[in-house]
Amino acid sequence: MEKIDIITGTTAAAMAAKLSNVEVIAAYPITPQSHCVEALAKYVADGELDAEFVKVESEHSAMATCIGASATGVRTFTATASQGLALMHEMLYIASGMRLPIVMLNTNRALSAPINIWCDQQDSIAERDSGWIQIYAEDNQETLDSVVQAFKIAEDEEVLLPVMVNIDGFILTHTVEPVAIPDEEKVREYLGIYEPKHAYLDPDRPITQGPVGVPECYMETRKDLNDAIEGSREVIKRVNEEYYKLFNRKYGNGLVEGYNLEDADTVLVAMGSVCGTIKYVINELKEKGKNVGLLRIRTYRPFPKEDVVEMLKDANNVAVLDKNISLGFNMGALGIDVSSVLKNKKVCNYIVGLGGRDITPQDIEEIISHVEGAKDGETKWINLKE
Amino acid sequence: MVTIAAIIYEPGSTNKNKTGSWRTFRPILDNKKCIKCENCYIFCPEGTIYEDKNGDFKINYDYCKGCLICVNECPVNALTSTREEK
Amino acid sequence: MMDKKQFPREEYFAPGHRGCAGCGASIVARMALKTTGRDTIVVNSTSCLEVFTTPYPESAWRVPWIHTAFECGGAVASGIERAIKALKKRGKYKDRKLVVMPIIGDGGTADIGFQALSGALERGHDIVYIMYDNEAYMNTGVQRSSSTPLFASATTAPAGKVSKGEDNPKKDMAMIAAAHGIPYVATACISYPEDFMRKVKKASDIEGPTFIHVLQPCTIGWGYSTENTIKIGRLAVETGLFPLYEIENGEFKITYKPAKRKPLKEYIRMQKRYRHLTDEDIEILQKHIDEKCRLLGLE
Ligand SMILES: Cc1ncc(C[n+]2csc(CCOP(=O)(O)OP(=O)(O)O)c2C)c(N)n1
Ligand code: SF4
Ligand code: SF4
Ligand SMILES: [Mg+2]
Repeated sequence: MEKIDIITGTTAAAMAAKLSNVEVIAAYPITPQSHCVEALAKYVADGELDAEFVKVESEHSAMATCIGASATGVRTFTATASQGLALMHEMLYIASGMRLPIVMLNTNRALSAPINIWCDQQDSIAERDSGWIQIYAEDNQETLDSVVQAFKIAEDEEVLLPVMVNIDGFILTHTVEPVAIPDEEKVREYLGIYEPKHAYLDPDRPITQGPVGVPECYMETRKDLNDAIEGSREVIKRVNEEYYKLFNRKYGNGLVEGYNLEDADTVLVAMGSVCGTIKYVINELKEKGKNVGLLRIRTYRPFPKEDVVEMLKDANNVAVLDKNISLGFNMGALGIDVSSVLKNKKVCNYIVGLGGRDITPQDIEEIISHVEGAKDGETKWINLKE
Repeated sequence: MVTIAAIIYEPGSTNKNKTGSWRTFRPILDNKKCIKCENCYIFCPEGTIYEDKNGDFKINYDYCKGCLICVNECPVNALTSTREEK
Repeated sequence: MMDKKQFPREEYFAPGHRGCAGCGASIVARMALKTTGRDTIVVNSTSCLEVFTTPYPESAWRVPWIHTAFECGGAVASGIERAIKALKKRGKYKDRKLVVMPIIGDGGTADIGFQALSGALERGHDIVYIMYDNEAYMNTGVQRSSSTPLFASATTAPAGKVSKGEDNPKKDMAMIAAAHGIPYVATACISYPEDFMRKVKKASDIEGPTFIHVLQPCTIGWGYSTENTIKIGRLAVETGLFPLYEIENGEFKITYKPAKRKPLKEYIRMQKRYRHLTDEDIEILQKHIDEKCRLLGLE
């Protein structure tokens, strides 16, 4: 039976990893993620979770340890943020290149310098091209559900890719919300045991993993990888539906979620917890007779190109919010992506909430009125101090 | 077609690559002189010296790169070398 | 004459690999695998050994093998070791001991992989960590590592008009490993196969982290002709330059004592990496060694 707990996002993720029966956990503390690995360490210490918890000495080693464990053929989980994710960078490409279905919680936090422990999404955006599937959750319930789904997606034989579930630092990691906790047996039955057919370190079947990818094969392995992440859209959607049937919750079509899009001339596009604020503003405006929509990007990689085109086909003013900045392009990553798939449409980009800067309902209203009067291609930084 | 993640499912498959072609000097083993100390056997970087059914050490020239460690390490000069005819 | 087979006949390291003729790294791998056998999982870091054994689609390895990156041999091995524990909980590998054996270069151990090594040793993983030491970054063109000895010329520590090559003494990895308080540490050299293989066997029988620092002459990096790989390794030991010992549960023991130490000059003059040295320079090195041997009781 499901029960309701009032918990933080980090606890929700830890619980999800526990429900998913992870076998090896390797992680290193960093704000605002630490509560997640602390919770997992405690489950193991209390005998509630029969997993191997490797107290690694860095995030680089955390990912390397997960790679070693996953390549041996067990379910693995880690969690990190910001500097930790950046330190893992090299190993992220190796995890995906070796087709290892590792699941990671990333609690979005700004990158140094200057050092800043608060939320933005620059850290995961910097790993955009690493071959990891990236999901951005809006609240703590979705965090839990996404981590469970992440294992199902990652281990699907058509996918076999690592998955990063991103949640906004502090905003979700340190805020309690009621979260429905699915029945452990039911989750375990849903996920089954990870028994890879492709990658294992088994003396009875000796194979060589991670060889030299000579020029005669390297490009094909990259194409395979690209095909796998392209193909994962269908699996993500399917898992979203399956999950709905079993656990009664779904998140749009798994890739995107539309909110009040019908007859909305102005649509905001965003990821993560800010979507909650946007929905609130949309409801307020609706009461005043103004119709504004939201397209929430839940899965950022693979990018839901077709859904974006389809769901924004009637919008005339598209405002893309980015908690990151592509330095040297004066746009955020999501803004660049949305502009590149929408032809002949006004798309403006709003840089918001860097390093923990608040995003208030007033900011959202400012964006809405700005985009309605703006020219295509404008970028505006919101809530900057003089 | 490349395997997933370029994983190699065939153990020991470098044996397709006949490194004997690298050789400029050929070691020659005289079994009559050999005292079976196993020096050449264990020191060979290629594992190309083997013991045949009769217990005699033989050199597999398919892979011998001609480093001549064996010649150097034989305590009784049962191994000699000659320039490879090309 | 030997009447019984001295060395196991099974070959887990296949021929056809692209190691240089006379490569000592291949000898390390071959001897180690003859000792631990089929139930071994090998971890390589980016290095000569990794590159020359696995050009896709060919592999020289007949045991499960993995490579990920340069600096994480210890961490990858940690993950494998714990995964095996997890698989044992599922009922797999019942009553079987699998040997997790990172075989990592001096660069991957003493420099960039130092942190991952220390973490793995400190956490008590059941691994046999073999540092194969050719005293430089051979794979990338003989750049110096912290394991490059004093006065050896390397491409990033070249001998020149005002330089005698590497200006720092070799980092003592076996003693650093021992400082972690692990149950077994040893030094070894490929020129002493019985000694090396006995140590690998002992390490693999021990529960917990073990570390073997094995010296492996390299024809390209050290500059000598291919047939001398074993001879040079032997001289490194006979001169007292590279003493063979083991530290078992904190107890130090010399495992091979040269009858009379040979002069270092014999070793030095065989290698091009030292050809810039004068007799006086060699004297300085000789004094270093004499001092070390005195400390270790190798007089
Ligand atoms: C992070 C990183 N830095 C540098 C390199 C380049 N690199 C690859 S192998 C290597 C040297 C390996 O030296 P060692 O561990 O001593 O092994 P050897 O090749 O000498 O056997 C270097 C510098 C790399 N692959 N990764
Ligand atoms: S080294 Fe010489 S004596 Fe020893 S086994 Fe080889 S050929 Fe025979
Ligand atoms: S450079 Fe040295 S270590 Fe590398 S393959 Fe050649 S002999 Fe072996
Ligand atoms: Mg080296």
